[in-house]
Amino acid sequence: MKVVNKPFSKIDGKGLVEGKPVYTDDLAPKDALIVKVLRSPHAFAKIKKIDIKIAEKVPGVECILTYKDIDRVPFTRAGQCYPELSPYDKFILDEYVRHVGDEVAIVAAINEKAAIKAMKLIKVEYEILEPVLDLEKADGHLSLVHPEKEIFSMADIGFDRNRNIACQVKLELGDIEKTLKECDVIVKGTYSSQAQAQGMMETQRAFTYIDTYGRLIVVTSTQIPFHVRRILSTALKIPESKIRVIKPRIGGGFGAKQTANAEFYPALVTLKTGKAAKIIFSRKEVFIGTNSRHAMKFNVILGASKDGKIKAIDMIGLSDTGAYGEHSQTTIGAAAKKVLPLYNKVEACRYYGKALYTNHVTAGAFRGFGVTQGTFAIESAVNELAVELNMDPLEIRNINMIKKGETTKLLNMTTKDWGNRPMYMDSCMLEYCVSRGKELINWSEKYPRQKISSTKVRGVGMAIAQQGSGLPKIDMASATLKLNTDGFFSLLIGATDLGTGSDTILAQIAAETLGVDLDKIVVYSSDTDLTPFDSGAYASSTTYTTGNAVIEAAKNMVDLICEHGAKYFHVTKDDILFDGANITNKVTRKFISLGDFSKKITYNELFTQLVATGSFIPEKNVTPYMAGFAEVEVDLETGKVEVVEFVGVVDCGTPINPKLSKIQVEGGIVTGIGLALYEEVKYDSRGRLMTDTFMEYKLPTRKDIGKITVELAEGYEKTGPYGAKSIGEVVVNTVAPAITDAIYNATGVRVRDLPATSEKVFLKLMENTFK
Amino acid sequence: MKIEMKINGVKKYFEVSPDEYLVDTLRNNGYISVKRGCDTGMCGVCTVHMDGKAILSCVILSAMANGHEITTIEGVREEAKKVGEFLVSEGVEQCGYCSTGLIMNILYLEKCIENPTDEEILHYLNGNLCRCTGYSGQLRAIKKYLEVKNSESSE
Repeated sequence: MKVVNKPFSKIDGKGLVEGKPVYTDDLAPKDALIVKVLRSPHAFAKIKKIDIKIAEKVPGVECILTYKDIDRVPFTRAGQCYPELSPYDKFILDEYVRHVGDEVAIVAAINEKAAIKAMKLIKVEYEILEPVLDLEKADGHLSLVHPEKEIFSMADIGFDRNRNIACQVKLELGDIEKTLKECDVIVKGTYSSQAQAQGMMETQRAFTYIDTYGRLIVVTSTQIPFHVRRILSTALKIPESKIRVIKPRIGGGFGAKQTANAEFYPALVTLKTGKAAKIIFSRKEVFIGTNSRHAMKFNVILGASKDGKIKAIDMIGLSDTGAYGEHSQTTIGAAAKKVLPLYNKVEACRYYGKALYTNHVTAGAFRGFGVTQGTFAIESAVNELAVELNMDPLEIRNINMIKKGETTKLLNMTTKDWGNRPMYMDSCMLEYCVSRGKELINWSEKYPRQKISSTKVRGVGMAIAQQGSGLPKIDMASATLKLNTDGFFSLLIGATDLGTGSDTILAQIAAETLGVDLDKIVVYSSDTDLTPFDSGAYASSTTYTTGNAVIEAAKNMVDLICEHGAKYFHVTKDDILFDGANITNKVTRKFISLGDFSKKITYNELFTQLVATGSFIPEKNVTPYMAGFAEVEVDLETGKVEVVEFVGVVDCGTPINPKLSKIQVEGGIVTGIGLALYEEVKYDSRGRLMTDTFMEYKLPTRKDIGKITVELAEGYEKTGPYGAKSIGEVVVNTVAPAITDAIYNATGVRVRDLPATSEKVFLKLMENTFK
Repeated sequence: MKIEMKINGVKKYFEVSPDEYLVDTLRNNGYISVKRGCDTGMCGVCTVHMDGKAILSCVILSAMANGHEITTIEGVREEAKKVGEFLVSEGVEQCGYCSTGLIMNILYLEKCIENPTDEEILHYLNGNLCRCTGYSGQLRAIKKYLEVKNSESSE
């Protein structure tokens, strides 16, 4: 390997740190109209009257749109392949508002001041309806979050508007009732996790204009340019051919930008006025007007034999999808489908999950995507089982977890089009991850607790997790390579680099396959007119899916070069050797450098442009694994929990770029620490999200995280690009269950609802004291 | 209202409204390395220097900056580039959106404390949020940067 598995720096890094104009707002035309969205103050209401007469008179106002001005077309904002698994339950504007922050009107003016002034002068009379604010009571509630009949689901996902059900997922293997009866030990628990905010530093934003050809150009900070084109086409009722979506650099996404949010409003304004328009979401709008992780609650029953063999897992999940069902089916599905296979030796398991509409802010995609929530539930339950059996949590993992070369029928049941042949996890390094993590955290000495002082005690805890690498037979990617004069290549990709470094690693893969240096590859991503299709940066897909597409494109390019080299030397293709630097006629030993060749075939002979495209669709369920170990210190007087150290050992196959992979792990662990300890989501009694700024909603700072220790397990996935699997999401999942187990081992306090705030821990400590 | 500021060493006059924030005045006038992250002075993304001190430009009214000296990345290109190289080489610029604010604060930190301890670094930069990197690599990068810088200046 010359270029892959090497710690190159990000090829765009220098431009980013020097503050170059690369993000959406940096590129917006200065004269773009400023677009603002008037948002609902009520959790659930019907607009009785909306009067824009006075607002329209504000000098500088160019256009105000209400639901009366917009075709009532149901669609979904969720960025998924077609047909989407999310219900078509959203209208750009509607006479109903379904959460505090839902859109009421769109205002565009020549400056922000005029837009805000006009927004305040729009008079709205609401008929306030009884909101659905309790997830447990949503099914069967007298209020229907979606009373309208036009909404529907493209696929059979168990959508039932009349019961506030967005979707249902069922999965069953073996005879669960019978197996549970045969178990020596049963552990039951209810585990819930909050609607964590993605918290990317750049909020959602977009600008739009009409180009010379009369087409709508949408420049947007998105993870899913091709899906945005399709979604806009549906929602605005204009053909996809009339829309071009351009993605500049993105200031973080984490899933937030896997849903189209900002694009509709400037697009409508541009279509209506013919003028350029721009919207920048405020931080508060991100909290109340976009999406978050799905808050989920699971009832888990584990059955095991006395010697620690887990025989049965029964799991029921409830997901709060909020006002709209974006990503509801795929997240509540993933919560089981990408968690249960960890325990492949069970005799039976059963899962029933359902996502319910409430009048909360809509949930969506967030790094971990349901698997984080499901892992918290299952891993917490397994840790509780270990306590029940008086067994080391590591021992119970060693007995039950999936190991290299093993399989489970669950993988067949949850992988589209795979059929009945067993799907072996050949590259699974989970066993190594657990044993290496054990050493790194010094488990043998530290488990379960160490007393530090009369008021402080430390404990260790652990968990394991998996994820996927793209979605088999659902999400495809492609890549195009173009040979330029002077022998360098343009790599055109629809994949979107969120800051993770995917442009860099895809360039590494292209360079490796072509046999050229990294600086011979220039990357362009993403533009729906210029780059080939890619489903987008989500589902941990880019390294694996797009990476394989890049290999395919590069192999095709090598083939093309050989074919044209043969024409150049007047021999057959078999007589040509291309080694990245030269094209050699093996018979005569004559050669020409790639640089000269590319000039010759452009200017002097053959007169041709070499372009090669490759596409890839995953077939196998390719799972990265991780073992996470937490050491925490708990203050017994206050309940304050500090992370002393978090150790993560991750199996991502062979990393394409070990440096960038490591940062993925460190970043994911800190997001997990936020989920576990700090990021509290609070609603008031009327359904207003109270944690709607970074003052109320606490992202971990650099002082909140303790020591982070990361290692990558050296594995090799034979279907992966140069042995690689995904890494972006798996790294979040182990953190919360490992930390809550560490808290338990330190104090005897088990937190089953996240986050484990000081208050919660303190109150439980008090309960235990006075038991 | 009319205000006057020295930005990156050059005297500039702006017509601003009394409720305009410095981040907007700067961005509207071409200093687009300055980013906006949270609107409430909580994330550090909009950090610039006012009279040599790191401030949050999203909570300082432009009127308050009247008569003051403002420095953005554009004004400390060479110094910023050096810090940036260390961030990039550790892989912790990631999305890059918070990098310029972080770098402005690092430049302020090194002015305030000659050989900061880990705790001092974390304390000074605590207001610079980052959701990508998990901070650990940034600490590694900053320490390497300060180490190299100190060894260069003692040569």
